Formats: sequence, C-alpha cells, structure tokens
Amino acid sequence: MPGSTPASATAELARAEAPRWFSAIGDFVHQRPLGAIGAAIVLVMVALAATAGWLAPYDPLETDYGAMLAAPDAKHWLGTDAFGRDVLSRIVYGSRTALMVGLGASLLGAVFGSLIGVASAYFGGRVDLIVQRVMDVFFAFPVIILALAVVAVLGTGAGNVILAIAAPMIPRCARVVRASALAVREMPYVDAARAAGYGHRRIILRHMLPNVMAPILIMATAFLGEAILLEASLSFLGLGVQEPTAAWGLMLRGAAVQFAESAPWMAIFPGLAISLAVFGFNLFGDSLRDALDPRLRTQ
Amino acid sequence: MARYILKRLLAMIPTLLGVAILIFLLLRVVPGDVVEARFMTQGSQFLSQELMDIERKKLGLDQPMWQQFTTWMGGLARLDFGVSMWTGGAIGEEIKLRFALSLQLALMASTIATLLAIPLGILAAVKQDTWVDYTVRVFSIAGLATPSFWLGILMILTMLTVFKWVPPMVFTPFWVNPWENLAQLIWPALAVGYRYSAVGTRMMRSAMLEVLREDYIRTARAKGLWLKLILTRHALKNAILPVLTVISLEFAFLLGGLVVTEQVFNLNGLGMLFVEAISRRDYTLTQALVMLVATIFLLVNFFVDIAYAWLDPRIRYS
Repeated sequence: MPGSTPASATAELARAEAPRWFSAIGDFVHQRPLGAIGAAIVLVMVALAATAGWLAPYDPLETDYGAMLAAPDAKHWLGTDAFGRDVLSRIVYGSRTALMVGLGASLLGAVFGSLIGVASAYFGGRVDLIVQRVMDVFFAFPVIILALAVVAVLGTGAGNVILAIAAPMIPRCARVVRASALAVREMPYVDAARAAGYGHRRIILRHMLPNVMAPILIMATAFLGEAILLEASLSFLGLGVQEPTAAWGLMLRGAAVQFAESAPWMAIFPGLAISLAVFGFNLFGDSLRDALDPRLRTQ
Repeated sequence: MARYILKRLLAMIPTLLGVAILIFLLLRVVPGDVVEARFMTQGSQFLSQELMDIERKKLGLDQPMWQQFTTWMGGLARLDFGVSMWTGGAIGEEIKLRFALSLQLALMASTIATLLAIPLGILAAVKQDTWVDYTVRVFSIAGLATPSFWLGILMILTMLTVFKWVPPMVFTPFWVNPWENLAQLIWPALAVGYRYSAVGTRMMRSAMLEVLREDYIRTARAKGLWLKLILTRHALKNAILPVLTVISLEFAFLLGGLVVTEQVFNLNGLGMLFVEAISRRDYTLTQALVMLVATIFLLVNFFVDIAYAWLDPRIRYS
C-alpha cells in the first residue's frame, strides 16, 4: 500500500480487507471476462445443487401418468418425460449428480495422479522408468474404453462411475505433474531437505507437492468438465448412473431419443444443461490456467 | 535415422505386451464369463454346472490363465486373432466390416477438425484479445463442452422437423454408393469433428501467438511484407506442427472411442462392437479390439514423431 507507514499498515490492512476482496473480483472480471462468465456458471450450478430440494418445483422421482410427455407450460416449465416426471426438477437435481461425479473423479484422479507423478520424478532412475512404461500402457487406451472396462469390472452406479472416470485421468495427471516435479527436484531446497535427513514421504508431500500445485490445479479443473461429460456419456449408454436417479446423461437416454420429434424438450434441455456446465468449467479452467501459467501470459 | 526408427518400433513391443496383460487380466476380473452371459440371454432355467463346464472346455476357458495367455500371444504373433467366443466366427472378419466404417468416420471427422481448427486458430491469434478472438474461443470451448452425441440428436431432430428428412440409418460402403454413404456419415463426422476441432483451434492459436512474437516475423513485417504472406509462408509452417500432432493423436482415439456417437447414429463401428463384446464377456473379441486400437495409437504416435523429424530440420533423433 503506497504511502502507508509500517505502524499504520496493520490497521489499514484490516480496513482494506473487504474492499480489496471486492476489487480482486472486479479485476478478475475486468481482465478475464470469459473466466468470470465461467465462474458465474459454476457458481450457479453449485447453488442449484445445494438448494435443489428447495428450488425444484417437483420431486424428481415423482411420476405423474396423467401428464406423460407434457409440453412445457406454466405447470411444468420444461415439460415432462415419458413417466410424467418434471424435466426441470430432474435437471436441477441432476446438477447434484454431475457435480458429485465430476468433483469426485477429478479429485481422485488429481490426488493419485499427482502423487504418482511426484514420486516418479523424485525417485527417478528405474522407478521412474517403470512408472512411465506403465503409464504408456494406459495411454494407449481411449479414455471411454478404459472407463467402460472399469465399469464392467466394478458394475454401474455413481460410486463406481467416479472410479471409472478417475482411472483414465490418473496417468494423464501423473505425466503432467511429473514434468513439473522433475524441475522442482533439482531445486536447492529439496537437496537441503534431503541433507537435513528428512524421509522420502516428508520431502514428497511437504516440499515437492506444494510446489507443483499450479499444474495440479490446472489439470483438476480441466478434468472437471471432462468428467461431467464422461459421466453423461456413460449414463447415456446405460452404463453409468442408474435410473431413477436424476442424471443429465440418463435423461437423454431411451425415450428422449425415441420421442425426440413429438417431445423435443426431453432431448434438448438436459443436453443444454450438460453443455452449459462443461462450458462453464472449461472457461473457468482456461482462465485459471492463463493466470497460473506464466508462460501463457499474454505480453 | 534408420536406427532410431528400428528402436522406436521395438520399443512398441513392451508397451503392447503391457496392454495385452492389462486387458487380459481386467477381463478375467469382470464378473461372469461368456458361457454365463449366453445362458442368461437364452433365459435357460436349466443352468447345469455340467453343461457350463462342457461349454467352457470347448472355449478353452478351463485351461490355466498362463496357458490361455500364451495361446493368445502365439496367435497374435502370427497375426491370428482367433475366433469370437460368442459367435464362433473369425475375429478378423468380424472386425473388418466395422473397421471400414470407423476408419472412414475418423478420417472425415479429422479432416473437418483440421479444416476448422487451422483458419480459426490463426484468426484468433492474429486478432488476439479482440471480439474476434473471444468469439473463436467461445466457439471452440463450446465445441469441447457439447457432447457430440447430443449434437447428433439435435442434428437428427432438426433435419426431421425442418427438412422432414432423416439420414439413412443403414450403412452403405463408400464403394457401393458414395452418395448414400456420405449422406449418412457426414452428420456424425460433423458432430465429432466440431468437438475435436476445439483442441486443435486452441493449439493453433497458442502456437501462432508464440511464433508471431519471433524475431524473424518482426523482420518480415519490417520489410513490409503482406500480412497474408507472413502468415502463410513464415508463421504457419512453424506453428502447424503441434496442431497436426494433436489432431493425428486424436485420430487414433476416434477409431475406437466413438462409442456414444455411434449409438446415436446407429452406426456399427468399432466402438459399438467393443461395448457389445464386453457385455457378452467375449474375451477374445474384446482383447483383439483393444490390441487393435492400442497398436494404431502407437503407430500414429510413431509416424508423428518421424514426420516431425522430417518436417522440422531442427529436430534430429539419434
């Protein structure tokens, strides 16, 4: 803070706390308008998920056979599906499934991926070589094929879908984090930690991991959107989250395609929800990457 | 160079072996096997252990795992995929039909992705931080966010309501009736190509931005060269490599990874075959498909590296 003496600095800081917080958001919105839009979409989605029970006009599982395939009107804003379930309510509740699977899978993928990546870089030599070869094997599978294989082993359902989506993400995260960790390993403070006699675990967790947080964060946000998309794909195939749970991909399955012509709202709105959510996470993640990765900073 | 090529080719063998072991074990961890799956679909109430054992013996499933594995490996070494456990037909034949479709779709989608990515990426880079740049970025991020199967549903829906026309739902090989064939495949290719162009566009944009800051571009500008000439002759050549890499690597995955899009457009490609095979616990077919996709991925990787050395004289492999 220019012009402030050290003595008054603390008081000034306390006073400036709230406005500075606001101006930080203001700066972000000003400098990265796309990122701000993304953040806004993400926030709306989190708010939807948190208040679904209060916000949704109907119970997402409640069937109304008197109002099957009803077109959007004042009663059902986005129409109803083949069981007479309110599409809007199912989309609102579906945000919970998407967020849960997305967050769960990217967290799992990022945690295990970065641990493997950092450990591989730290130990180097033969360990690194073997880990890299194993990662190569996983890389040779298309993401969805690997996820399908894991679902075949574990079975369907939200919990297993999280594992199935995290599985292909682990090697991807490990590779990126390893590359950053290789540079960190050469830092004097890692040598110092080793000279001080710290154990491997302490050096990896306390000294190296915090210094590769930026790429991990970037990977994790990039995964989030991808995980939501993968969950939708698996559910659409009938191999993900199971009925009657409200999930966007599941809503596009079966009747939505079958009655697409007479009841297009069933096919349009859940897909719109998926796209918008992934769009928000990607925009936000992109700006985060630009902000955290100095190489990508323009000018 | 020849030594490098040989070394790279040999290095593929352990990776492929790893893929083989992984899928072999993964399949055997999956609950149930092909015999159970078949009895289930027949709805047979007489699930006698004896009958199942006889069936398993016929398929060689009673043998110890290492023996099953070595038999499979022996076949692969002779490029013999064996027979499908479900249909009993030769796997080579089963895959051949699907492969033609998947290959064509992947080629078309990659072409569309390239044609979208390169001009859009250049445009965004040249007009960096203007509304043009923002529009291109929003367009490409939206492509990445839109599930291609949903885009496919929307396409079919639009054609149905607006044009009262649906693309043909039965696959016609290109050499039989090219028009019919393209009328069917262009839609999934567009849906998938748009999605995959996004990665290429972003790559093109950032590579172009980097190149445009190089000294020789400034020199070219100072000389008073046309911007168009600078972009096509000087900048594009240096910026295009990573874009082509990304798109060719995606190409390998498009071959086997379009499971959901194939489902929407009712295409019997490799992706659908994989889902079918795994749900029937058809070990041999699933293994063959995975090996095929993995081999193609590694080969594409290999060719991209070779192409790099050939296109960029600064890169030399030893």
